[in-house]
Amino acid sequence: MKSLFTSGHRGCAGCCDAMVAKFTLMAAGEDCIVISPTGCLEVMSTPYPETSWEVPWIHSLFENAGAVASGVEAALKAMGKKGDTKVIALAGDGATLDIGMRSISGAFERGHDITYVCMDNEAYMNTGVQRSGATPFDASTTTSPAGKVSYGNPLPKKNMPAIMAAHGSPYIATTSLGYPKDMIKKIKKATEIEGPTYIHAHAPCTTGWGFDTSKTVEVAKLAVQTGLWPLYEMENGEVTKVRKIGKQKKPVEDYLKMQKRFKHLFKMEGGEEQLKLIQALADKNIEDFGLE
Amino acid sequence: MTVIRTLDKDKMSVAEGSYAVAHAVKICRPNVISAYPITPQTHIVEDLSQFMADGEISNCEYITVESEFSALSALVGSAAAGARCYSATTSQGLELMHEVLFNMSGMRLPVVMTIANRAVSAPINIWNDHQDSISQRDTGWIQMYAEDLQESSDMTAQAYKVAEDKDVMMPAMTCMDGFILSHVYEPLVLLEQDLVDEYLPPYEPEYTLDPKNPLTFGAFADPTAYTEFRYLQQQAMDNALPKIEEAANEFYEIFGRYYGGLIDEYETEDADIILMAMGSLVGTIRDVVDKLRAKGIKVGLLKVRTFRPFPAEAIRNAIKGARVVVALDKNISLGLNEGALFTETKASLYNTKIDVPIVGRMIGHGGRDIPVKTIEDIVEEAKGIISSGINTESKYADLKEDLL
Ligand SMILES: Cc1ncc(C[n+]2csc(CCOP(=O)(O)OP(=O)(O)O)c2C)c(N)n1
Ligand code: SF4
Repeated sequence: MKSLFTSGHRGCAGCCDAMVAKFTLMAAGEDCIVISPTGCLEVMSTPYPETSWEVPWIHSLFENAGAVASGVEAALKAMGKKGDTKVIALAGDGATLDIGMRSISGAFERGHDITYVCMDNEAYMNTGVQRSGATPFDASTTTSPAGKVSYGNPLPKKNMPAIMAAHGSPYIATTSLGYPKDMIKKIKKATEIEGPTYIHAHAPCTTGWGFDTSKTVEVAKLAVQTGLWPLYEMENGEVTKVRKIGKQKKPVEDYLKMQKRFKHLFKMEGGEEQLKLIQALADKNIEDFGLE
Repeated sequence: MTVIRTLDKDKMSVAEGSYAVAHAVKICRPNVISAYPITPQTHIVEDLSQFMADGEISNCEYITVESEFSALSALVGSAAAGARCYSATTSQGLELMHEVLFNMSGMRLPVVMTIANRAVSAPINIWNDHQDSISQRDTGWIQMYAEDLQESSDMTAQAYKVAEDKDVMMPAMTCMDGFILSHVYEPLVLLEQDLVDEYLPPYEPEYTLDPKNPLTFGAFADPTAYTEFRYLQQQAMDNALPKIEEAANEFYEIFGRYYGGLIDEYETEDADIILMAMGSLVGTIRDVVDKLRAKGIKVGLLKVRTFRPFPAEAIRNAIKGARVVVALDKNISLGLNEGALFTETKASLYNTKIDVPIVGRMIGHGGRDIPVKTIEDIVEEAKGIISSGINTESKYADLKEDLL
């Protein structure tokens, strides 16, 4: 498969966003238009006069990918140019779960034929690793730092796929960089289904999470194997497919201890209790989605 | 030039200002309309919705977005995809669009948007002044202000003509005073399809989001290139100055109606006192000029039709012979105590040999009525300036001291 996202971009070594972009274009092929809001991907892939995009690509603002994508789709339709052209928004978690939420909600409610892919690296990486609505419980970021009286982010991760499903989307799926084939397959499926479809891609960021650049896939797999990031598909609001963990099931510590953003949990007094709370989150996912 | 209005009586009908604008938009053959309701702009988007519902606009999508922010954002995408786009808003809606306004002009997308001018809150107020659009003057949008309903309608076609010009490629706001123009019924000529088709060719953008020819829009520009992008935007604004004149002249040739290009002058040739203003206030001043001229007072009117790009040269030429100039503003720069038209006209005289006294009077904020008497009082005060010099450079002309 040809990658239409070229090398030579300015991302960190082993950048997760670059990988998601690459897989997205592998899935979509040449006949697509990509919309990306502000974030790592935009900044590192389009330093004027260079570009990493071999498909038409537009950046506008941090908070409006859903609306810009709606506009692109509407224009193609109005001018009789839509054909098989896929309109894809490729956005960070901050742009998706936080500031861009209203515009995505509007786009899905209106039923535009677009695919929205969230590259979930669980923080605002472009501005230096601040907490977002996707940051997991107890992760240390620069705006939710662990400290003498804090275990890091006190809030749970927002359940974006459920919110998107509530909009009546025909297809929603979670995926992970640990499973590139799964990612490509789901993104392809999403782009082929008519109507607004949503892919939530778990994307471990070496810089923000603090792990060795060679470990992206390992970390990503562990998120899935511990049950912290369940992989599933939803069609018309119903869960239709789940990736079972089976014998690969691991305790959450295996995942957490590989990352700097959780290292305080293994040192601080009371950290053990916190680890239990995180294990409970994983257990609930395992039960809710029948991952075993 | 004085205003030429040859309204063909046979073609005239009575319509609301909003309807006239919506009708003009329809006749300009838009591909994407995206808007969000806000008083007093709402009738425009409602009328457009009805045209859509009645199948009267072909090859067009109407996106009923969830906010003004998304209204303009959607048009960023649509315009980049090559569509002729339209929106309308005012006041809080326009302020919510602020960030997208910059983006639109930075990407050189020639969208046209009607502003039914309204005050901004707090205190919340739905009536007319120009604070909303004036607050957006540095966003890289062409800004034009209409005097009456006919001009509001006709300006829509002119704005597309200028905005889409290859030497310009900048978005344009056509401003009409909220309620005073948007909700008033007047006899007018609705734009005719065959004439507009002759006047306004289909939009053919040079660059679009096209999978057959992939381009990157809205790239990241560091300090080595950013300045040049801004420079080119300014150059586009400079290019717009003659294009606005041309668009007005060509409109006159085809439709027989002329409102001025960048500015319009009324009884200014021998005027001692020149009043300058934008929007519907111009109409009131026109009447005052007639009344006072009949009494032998040498007063004239300078209508400023285009505020961005700022027609400094045209204004200088128009006022240089006067003995006093009064700029009337429906906006204020808080902390400066001046309205924009006054500040900018005054600035345009500096470093020139033109030495004409100029004062600013702020008026009609939040929809406060502007009676003929108030304008007459301003003229009376201006006479005093001729004889004894400037007393107060800038102030509210209609302040109610008892409320303070
Ligand atoms: C209105 C606005 N607020 C804040 C910013 C600053 N900003 C730029 S990118 C960014 C974070 C992006 O985070 P995310 O969407 O998660 O993408 P990532 O960089 O992590 O891939 C922020 C806060 C902005 N560009 N615009
Ligand atoms: S901080 Fe993370 S997302 Fe951003 S460029 Fe580096 S690796 Fe990629």
